[in-house]
Amino acid sequence: MSTLAARRGNDSRTGDETRESADRRPKAMSHRPRRRGWWLVALILAALAFLWVFPFLWMVSASLKSSGEIFQGGLNLIPEALRWENYGRAWTAGQFGQYLLNTVIVTVVTTAIVVVRCALAGYVVGRYRFPGSRLIIGIFVATLFVPTGYTIIPIVKVSLELGLLNSLAGMILALGGASNVAAILIYAGYFRRMPADLEEAAIVDGAGFLRVFLRIMLPLSTPVTATVGILTFLATWNAFFLPLVFSSTNPALRTVSVGMQAFVGENSTDWAGMAAAGVISILPVVVLFVFMQKYFVEGIAGAVKA
Amino acid sequence: MATQSRQRRRNLWIYAFLMPTFILYGVYTIYPIVASYWYSLVEWNGFSSEQRFVGISNYQAVLADPLFWSSVRITLLFMLVVAPLRIFGAFFLAILLNSPKLPFTKFFRTVYFLPVVTTTAIIGVVMRFILDPAAGPVAAVVGLFGLPPVDLLGESGTALVTTALVYVWKFFGITMIYWLAALQTIPQDVYDAARVDGAGGVRIFRHITLPMLLPFLLIITVLTIEDCFHAFDLMQTMTAGGPFYSTEIIEIYIYRWAFAASIPQLGFASAAAVLFGVLVLVVVALQAWATLTSQRIQSQRSESERTESQIERQVGAQIVRRTGKGRA
Repeated sequence: MSTLAARRGNDSRTGDETRESADRRPKAMSHRPRRRGWWLVALILAALAFLWVFPFLWMVSASLKSSGEIFQGGLNLIPEALRWENYGRAWTAGQFGQYLLNTVIVTVVTTAIVVVRCALAGYVVGRYRFPGSRLIIGIFVATLFVPTGYTIIPIVKVSLELGLLNSLAGMILALGGASNVAAILIYAGYFRRMPADLEEAAIVDGAGFLRVFLRIMLPLSTPVTATVGILTFLATWNAFFLPLVFSSTNPALRTVSVGMQAFVGENSTDWAGMAAAGVISILPVVVLFVFMQKYFVEGIAGAVKA
Repeated sequence: MATQSRQRRRNLWIYAFLMPTFILYGVYTIYPIVASYWYSLVEWNGFSSEQRFVGISNYQAVLADPLFWSSVRITLLFMLVVAPLRIFGAFFLAILLNSPKLPFTKFFRTVYFLPVVTTTAIIGVVMRFILDPAAGPVAAVVGLFGLPPVDLLGESGTALVTTALVYVWKFFGITMIYWLAALQTIPQDVYDAARVDGAGGVRIFRHITLPMLLPFLLIITVLTIEDCFHAFDLMQTMTAGGPFYSTEIIEIYIYRWAFAASIPQLGFASAAAVLFGVLVLVVVALQAWATLTSQRIQSQRSESERTESQIERQVGAQIVRRTGKGRA
């Protein structure tokens, strides 16, 4: 890191000198020495990037090796022969087919619930003043940073009393009801910035409250919906604490994140099967990320800009 | 009258829109926050068993437990290792990635962000194998240098630092995006103007980039530190708090007493949870206070200083730039 910093410093200095001494030279000329420095930076960043993704490369490689081959250790990432049967073992014997199905159900339904309820709440909180509106915003902000470890015991108790503890429905409701304040605030901020004449025109035309929201506001908020939807999808797919507690007495309810730990607990020597299970679990979110990168980044960057 | 009834109708719609959030958020977030206080005052050995009011004795027991204090210390220590590395490391990387001269920036951004989207609980398990002292790739690298094998997760001296570094790696991309967003708030004009003014890379960085990023440092610190309280997934899957409780953060302490014990101590665990909630609140409140104070100082300083030197210089440089363009 320090060499990088030094190099960067040197670079810009040479750049300056070139520019100062030869003010009238065409710009492209003075850029040339700097350019070479940046290629060096790129090279170092590329090496670091390889280390950065190495755990994933190792996982994919191990998922295609035989267990004996993995146990020999070493750094060779190319398997001797591609052993796809590891995936079959993880899918059926490791029950990752079932876990993946659970995860998809839980994630899709939870995301739908969160998007709907946060869009509705964000719309009225962001756009209207009504009795109690300040109190509601105050409660949202005050509970923005509540950690799961704090709320988990009452959540389990409530779910037990509602008869929802050992069910996917209970898991979904708990995930959908847990703190999603950030999503509400994103919606509220977006709806607040919309010009008032949009809905005034509609009201003159005779549109009611619901019609204004469904026909005008909601369609305009598609970019926010995409961001909130994708971030919620990611958070739910990766959730661990709540699914762990909700499936503790019923293994059939496990999601992939819980199933992984159970898998290594039961098959501690099956490294190849473990790696295959990991690839099965992570691949969907990675694919989603690659195609929807823009929305991921916008959602996260929004926290700073707001 | 007409407007009043319209107003009432509107309010009815508003409350109807809030209903799903009232119900779900109320049951699964607000109620638990309040109920934790009651549960912390009872003796309660299992979710379906009776609760018996015992007053503050759970708190006395928690506060007398050295392992609770150890978990507080570990939680804070974890934060102290993770937060600076993420904040300053990501700052440095973002500066590099923001340069228009660096090739492949889009590729680098994608790669450095990639670990963020992957499932933490699964990464935790995979990392256990990668760090395996016998057959893991890290052991192979250590062997390459002829060093004796190390069990990074098995020794209480190294386990916490190792998990902290994995956590840094895992969520580095989030802080990087924060900084890139902050950097993008600086308009390109300002750089151009300074460059025409004759300022070089280092001077531009010191006099323009750094001062304009400073306000973001606080919010990014708040968000990153808050993030350090969510290490349960990684810790539970990598070490489960071990060895010898050396990585037992507070959430694992709570989990152990409430869910992993043969006879759950739910009242006791609730008391620990309430204390954890208070700790988070104190840390966040301290930072909110720091943010507000620094904003006040900054706005005072900027009123006296920026008006004279900085803005003048920027405006001047822009005029220079414009005339320069006109000539060309």
